[in-house]
Formats: sequence, C-alpha cells, structure tokens
Amino acid sequence: MKEQNKVFITGNEAVGKAAIDAGCQFYAGYPITPQNELTAYMSRQMRKAGRVFIQAESELAAVNMVFGAAAAGARAMTSSSSPGISLKQEGISYLAGAELPAVIVNAQRGGPGLGNIGPSQSDYFQATRGGGHGDYRTIVLAPTSVEEAYTFTCLAFDLADFYRTPVVILSDAIIGQMAEGIVFRPPSRKYSLPPKDWALGRAKGQQNIIRSLYLGERVLEKHNLKLQRKYRLIERKEVRFRQHLPREASLLIVAYGSMYRLAKDIAVELEGKKNKKSVGIFCPLSLWPFPYKALAQACARVKNVLVLEMSYGQMLEDVKLALGRQKPIYFFGRAGGEVPEVDEVCRFILKHKLI
Amino acid sequence: MNFKRPRSLKDKVTHYCPGCGHGVVHRLVAEVIDELRIRRKTVGIAPVGCAVLAYDYWDFDVSEAAHGRALAVATGIKRVKPDLVVFSYQGDGDLAAIGTAETLHAANRAENLTCIFINNACYGMTGAQMAPTTAIGQKTATTPEGRSPQEGDGYPLIISELLARLRGVCFVERTTVITPSDVLKTKKAILKAFLNQINKRGFSLVEVLSPCPTGWGLSPQKAAEFIKEKLSREFPLGVIKDEA
Repeated sequence: MKEQNKVFITGNEAVGKAAIDAGCQFYAGYPITPQNELTAYMSRQMRKAGRVFIQAESELAAVNMVFGAAAAGARAMTSSSSPGISLKQEGISYLAGAELPAVIVNAQRGGPGLGNIGPSQSDYFQATRGGGHGDYRTIVLAPTSVEEAYTFTCLAFDLADFYRTPVVILSDAIIGQMAEGIVFRPPSRKYSLPPKDWALGRAKGQQNIIRSLYLGERVLEKHNLKLQRKYRLIERKEVRFRQHLPREASLLIVAYGSMYRLAKDIAVELEGKKNKKSVGIFCPLSLWPFPYKALAQACARVKNVLVLEMSYGQMLEDVKLALGRQKPIYFFGRAGGEVPEVDEVCRFILKHKLI
Repeated sequence: MNFKRPRSLKDKVTHYCPGCGHGVVHRLVAEVIDELRIRRKTVGIAPVGCAVLAYDYWDFDVSEAAHGRALAVATGIKRVKPDLVVFSYQGDGDLAAIGTAETLHAANRAENLTCIFINNACYGMTGAQMAPTTAIGQKTATTPEGRSPQEGDGYPLIISELLARLRGVCFVERTTVITPSDVLKTKKAILKAFLNQINKRGFSLVEVLSPCPTGWGLSPQKAAEFIKEKLSREFPLGVIKDEA
C-alpha cells in the first residue's frame, strides 16, 4: 500500500471511519470526554453519507435508540466513556436479551464515579462479565493501536450481525485520543451474514416481535439456554490474541490495549539492560472470549508471569483462572487516570528478579 | 353496519381485568390501522406494564422497550425506516416518570411519531402504586392516606399540557373511554394522530384517561364515575393543541 494513502487520525475517529465503511446506518451518542472526537466525527460523516446521526438527550436514550434501529434491521452504534457506559448497561442487557446486533464503544477513563478524564482500564469487569443485569456476555475487542481501532470496529459489526449480539470495543483515553498514520483497509469478510428476516417492518406476512420478556414457566430458561449455547460457540470460535515469545524469555508480560504498547517498550528496555530477549508478551485482543488456553500454553514456557494493567487487577482474575497455581503471577497496575511508566515497571521486574 | 374484529387484532381473549381501558384502546388502534390500510408497515412499541403483551393481541410488528424508553426505541426505528408507521403505547409511569426525558426530547425533536398515552393514574401492573398522574387525595399502595402534595407526594403531572408547549409537537388531545361517545372521540383522535405521521407533521400524542378498577379498588361502574368526577377535573378532556 502506498505511503501517500496514509491518513493521520485519532483512534476515536478511526472507529467512526470504520463504522461508515462497515455500513453503519445509525449512530446516537452523548458528549463525554475522552470520546468526543467520535461523536463529532459521526455528526459530520453520517449525515454527509445520508445516514442517521442523533445527539441524544442521554446515554440511556442513545443506547435505546440504537436498540430501535437494530430492531429495524439497521447496523447501529453508540459510544461513550466509562460513566456513560454505566448508564448504557440497561440497553446492553436488553440488546443481549432481545438478540439484537449493535456496536458499543467505550473509551475508558478513570473511575469510580465521575473519576477523571485520564486513560484507564478499570471497566474490564463490567465489559467482560456482561455489565448489566441477567446472564449474558458481550464480545469485547480491545484495540492496541489506531489501526486496530479501525479494523476491530469493522469486525465488530460483522460479529454483531453474525451472532445477533452486542459487541463492545474497549479502548481508552490513549487509544481514543492519540493519532497515528494508518491506511484504511477493511478486513476481508469471513462471515456469511444471514438476512435479517427477524427485523421489524419486513412485511413478509408473519408478525415479528422484538422481545426479552418470557413469562411462562421454563420459557425464559429455554431462552437463556439458547443464549448460553451461543456464548459457548463464541468462546470456541472468536478467541483472539497476539504473542511475542522469544525462546530465551523467562518472563511473560500479559497486557491488553494501550498497556500492550507499554509492555513492548518494557521488553526493549530490558533487552538493552540484560543483553538478551528475556521478556515475552501475551496480548489478549478479545477480552471476552478470553484466550485462557493460549495463555496457559504461553505461560508454560516461562518462569514468571506479570500482569500489567491500568487498574488494580481486573484482567488479573482471568489470568489466574487461566493458570491456576501452576506459576507465580505478579501484578503491576496503576489507575485513577495514571499511566504506569516504563522505568517503574522495569524496576519492579528487576527488584522481584522476574528475569 | 357489520361489527367485526379488525384484521389488526388477533382472535384472542385478553388478560386485562374487567372494566380496564386497555382492551378498548387496543381495538381502537387496530381499527384505525385497518382503516388506514397500514397494517403491514406499522410497528408498535409495547410498554412495560400491563400492556407489554399487546403483541399477543395486535397482529402487526411490535417491539418491547425498556421502561420509559419507548420513544427512544421508536426514534431509532423511524429514523432508519421512515416509511414505517411507528407508534408507542405507554402508561403514565412509563411516559411521565421514568421516561420523561425520552418523551420530552422525542417530542422536542419533532420526531414524526404517534404516541398513545394511557393514563390510569397508577402503576397498575405492580400493584397500583402512586403514579405521576395520581390525583390529589387518591389512595394507592404507596399513598395509603391519599396523595398529598403537602406531604411531599407532588402534584398530578400535566405532561400533555407541558408537551403541547413544545414547537416540535403538532397535536395533543386528551380523551377517555367511559362512554360510547368518549370511545368515538378517542378513535377520532387516534386516527388523527396516525394521519399526522403519515402526512409527516411531526409528533402527535393522544392521552386516554383509562379506568383501572382493580388498581383503584372500585367496580367498573365506580371507576368510570371516578374518571368523570375526579380524574377529568385534574386532567381536562379535549384538544390541547392542534397545529396539523
């Protein structure tokens, strides 16, 4: 691809561009930092493309508008940052219950409460465990770059339609607000998407009902079991990760999203200090489904494991689930909108003799 | 004239209590949809409350919505499929308490939608608690001594009058269904609210004062009297705004 096709763009805008390229017909959002670039981008580009942009009166309204657009068969997206995503949980639960496809973007910021507008990874539990009420999961994709913000969002629309389920793009203030030069290359489509004959307004003669209410005895249980079968299928088919595992590595850093970038810098720094490639990196790209098996296999080849997060240990719990007691698991995390520094993590690694 | 079941209504016995207004209004909506020949392109939004199972009775596409969010869901549907005729069917708690923001802003955006607002002055489904539209002095599960503004229960919320002030709203009428002539007036109002949407006139709302004998602890006859003597004084019947 030619260098001149490169566009310098923020991660938030790359998500918007992906939505346009993926055929998103409806976007509703509400202003909140650090995702405002996306709402502003969509306000310009959606209407220019003859599609629908609504600045909603609230996060609740935005996600419920997305519910309506998705119920009518359109590709639909909403976005926000942590406090706003808490508000959207009602709608996400209803989307999951009614089996409606939608894309929800969370550019995470510091919490709890109003927190601050710095980057954070403190919404991991909320994103990967469902987040709202009821037994459901959402597919969660965590981009590590502006380019992945683009390709993962394209992919998210296909996954949402294929499985009829909401998909979360979990980025943060770093991935969302930094700009990188990228070339827009939508990923090749590998899903054959069935027609949405369940959607409202098809006029095919049969009555289509969009619902998540099932009152009769065992009727809701049956619906729940159907959802669970879908989630097991997703767990088998949609695990995504990346790993760099040098042969001489004694430490594996597990990090996702923007912390994957930090892990790479740490590996380079320590390689300089020790004169060998003693650090491997494992980066989950799908946080749900989490790559438990692949992580366990990668860890079998090293002595120590360090989980690096902008939280006080949320993905850490999944790493523990993957490894059990087979290996010592160390943790380094900062939150509250602060980003760990390469030096302090290196000092931690050397102090604990992890390499 | 031949009295028949409308095509838009299924041949089914409803679960509503004797004397409830829902059955009558369901039928009126179905009659209007038949007369406008829009059954195949109509989408209803069922509320959270007694009428959530409206799709068991109506024979056209219906979506549920979370409590209060009906007009946000309706907005999403209508904006991506403007050729559909989309209406919400909501109770007082849904429309005027938990969903006040969604109601007000859909109206203020002049969304080309029809809203059928069933005001029975209580939360019927959950055991008749106080609603925003409960009359002063009216006893409910959560106002055992009667609704008292002095005790902090607030006043009956005149949401229709408030909405009528908005420039995005073209038609608001309040009716009831306690006499045959009221039923005919309600049908006329519903017809107008649907026609406004078909003619792209913006947001229309019909508020129906609807009896809830079970929730009010009254016989169907006494419930009708309650609407006539009490509720329609708090909520005067008639056209509130008509700019269509």
